[in-house]
Amino acid sequence: MSTPTEMTTPTTLRQLNLATALNEALREEMHRDERVFVMGEDVAVAGGVYKVTDGLLGEFGPSRVIDTPISEAGIAGLAVGAAMADRRPVIEIMFGDFLFLAMDQIANQAAKVRYMSGGAWHVPMVVRTTLGAGRRAAAQHSQSLHAIFAHIPGLKVVVPSDPADAKGLLKAAIRDDDPVVFFEDKLGYRSVGPVPTGEHVVPLGSALIRRPGRDVTLVATSSMVAHAMTAAEQLADRSVETEVVDVRCLTPLDLATITESVRRTKRCVVVDPGHLRFGATAELAASVSERTFGELRAPVLRLGAMDVPVPYSPSLEDLTIPSADDLVSAVLETMAWRA
Amino acid sequence: MAEPDAEVRSVDDEPTAGTVTALLRQMVVIREFEQATLDLYARAEILGIAHVSIGQEAVPVGVCSALRREDYITSTHRGHGHCLAKGADAERMFAEMLGRSTGYCGGKGGSMHIADPSSGNLGANAIVGGSLGIATGAALASKLSGSGTVTVCFFGDGAANQGLMLEVMNMAAVWSLPCVYVCEDNQYGEYTARDAVTAGDISDRALALGMAVHRVDGMDVLDVRRAALRAVEAAQSGDGPQFLHCQTYRYLGHGMSDRDRPYRSRDEETDWRARDPIDRVVRTLQDRYGIEFDMDGVRAEVRSEISQAIDGARSAEQPAPEAVRRHVYAD
Repeated sequence: MSTPTEMTTPTTLRQLNLATALNEALREEMHRDERVFVMGEDVAVAGGVYKVTDGLLGEFGPSRVIDTPISEAGIAGLAVGAAMADRRPVIEIMFGDFLFLAMDQIANQAAKVRYMSGGAWHVPMVVRTTLGAGRRAAAQHSQSLHAIFAHIPGLKVVVPSDPADAKGLLKAAIRDDDPVVFFEDKLGYRSVGPVPTGEHVVPLGSALIRRPGRDVTLVATSSMVAHAMTAAEQLADRSVETEVVDVRCLTPLDLATITESVRRTKRCVVVDPGHLRFGATAELAASVSERTFGELRAPVLRLGAMDVPVPYSPSLEDLTIPSADDLVSAVLETMAWRA
Repeated sequence: MAEPDAEVRSVDDEPTAGTVTALLRQMVVIREFEQATLDLYARAEILGIAHVSIGQEAVPVGVCSALRREDYITSTHRGHGHCLAKGADAERMFAEMLGRSTGYCGGKGGSMHIADPSSGNLGANAIVGGSLGIATGAALASKLSGSGTVTVCFFGDGAANQGLMLEVMNMAAVWSLPCVYVCEDNQYGEYTARDAVTAGDISDRALALGMAVHRVDGMDVLDVRRAALRAVEAAQSGDGPQFLHCQTYRYLGHGMSDRDRPYRSRDEETDWRARDPIDRVVRTLQDRYGIEFDMDGVRAEVRSEISQAIDGARSAEQPAPEAVRRHVYAD
């Protein structure tokens, strides 16, 4: 029951931005299951600083849309207990950076309860939060910390890259019986894409081939998927056909889709908005290499955020984030091996 | 082992001799359970980390006697007494501590993580103060669902210095959650005296949040029970969270390796042992009810039950190797 298997039965597509798509997912799930409630800083009256929870207070009332004090550990702790007691909390941690304040509750409590109790208790909660630099918000409001959570057994980690997936994955996360940390790209809240109406559920743990190509596989997460698509366009002009795989979930991780792609293309570049060192790219590149080493024509290359705290000045901050141009260079580098 | 008695929820009545006897027996069960735990640890049958609660029996027994089975508790690293008082089965507890498949957590939790949905036990917790959020969240769930259950959060004086306590007690007070915070103030956080690291009076922290505070003699099970009945009734009827501050004493060290207890005097320990919660109720039964409690007989009976529970746990299967990968996520 942990992973919904329903797939999309799209009726209509509308152009929605990421925040509106997430809002629709919350609204639909709150209508579907009265146990679902939303809790966080400024989520009710203000409708969330990114407007993801806008209008929910009026529709569902103050017992299901709850403004909390600025107490991240408390918010997460209450969610764990409420989830164990048969509610379905969806909490918002305004900036991913603030997850560290709630770390004990997420990593030592939520992640451990099912295993530590031998399955006696479980924790169906969702932590919605953000990732991504580029907003000139400096070191404590710009981190992409998803890999840290993917390191911890017992948590599921979701990194959607577009509004439709964000809706479908959030619905799956809310229906999941385990704790899910759901990372939204804060630069992407206003980016628009086609989103199906109604029952659109994307199962957790399925990667998606966003663009087919025979020469190289570009594995990307979250905000880096858009860069990968741009790079693939540019590379096509240089006669390099790039396959772009959107990871969508770090846990569970769909290695089958990724490795099957690499077996076809024999070359792989991995990109993620988190820090490079011990980050998501390290796990992805190692997993791909272990499984496809004999078939590779080039080492798996990785791109991620520079291993420095995120600086404020735009002229510095932009240097820390992988760009589409960086991806083009990396792909051309792999193409130069045993060309 | 504890059977809730019929008049358990009546606040103002003087407890009957039957109730007092049941409370006393429950305290004996916990003490004998803990003695057996010490023995099993000394024989290296219980491994790793375990903490016993000898001396503190009145708090879990008095508090849990005020609860119904469906009410929730959260417990601590020193949690055997809470589990037993809330209705856990001693054999399954021993099986857990012996790492067997029939233990409450299938052998995955051990002494510090015993959890039992059938008795409303949300689990012991090995992070000091770690269950304050869980308890408050369970109380939030009760309020949202209208289930009418109350949650008791057991924690120690050490946990009162964790920041989480302020965060969650503030939310409980703001939202009038049906949560009873029971501070088992055993005077020491691990190896350090409470007063060396704790400013002011712990219950004043609850008062500052506008919470109802009940100061309790944690060595007197009837005092604990009286306060707990009032607190549970108040929490349930929407009066908001309650705070029980129970003064009690850990007769032994923090953990199994804390044998010398250099941080306190033997005289101090003797003084607290003179207030022993079990001896006290024996005297109460005699003085107030004219009943001579057959301690030798009851202790022998309890020891026999404990011994059977241990035998049962010892004969249980080890967990199958494939269990190691189960219960990380929904299977």
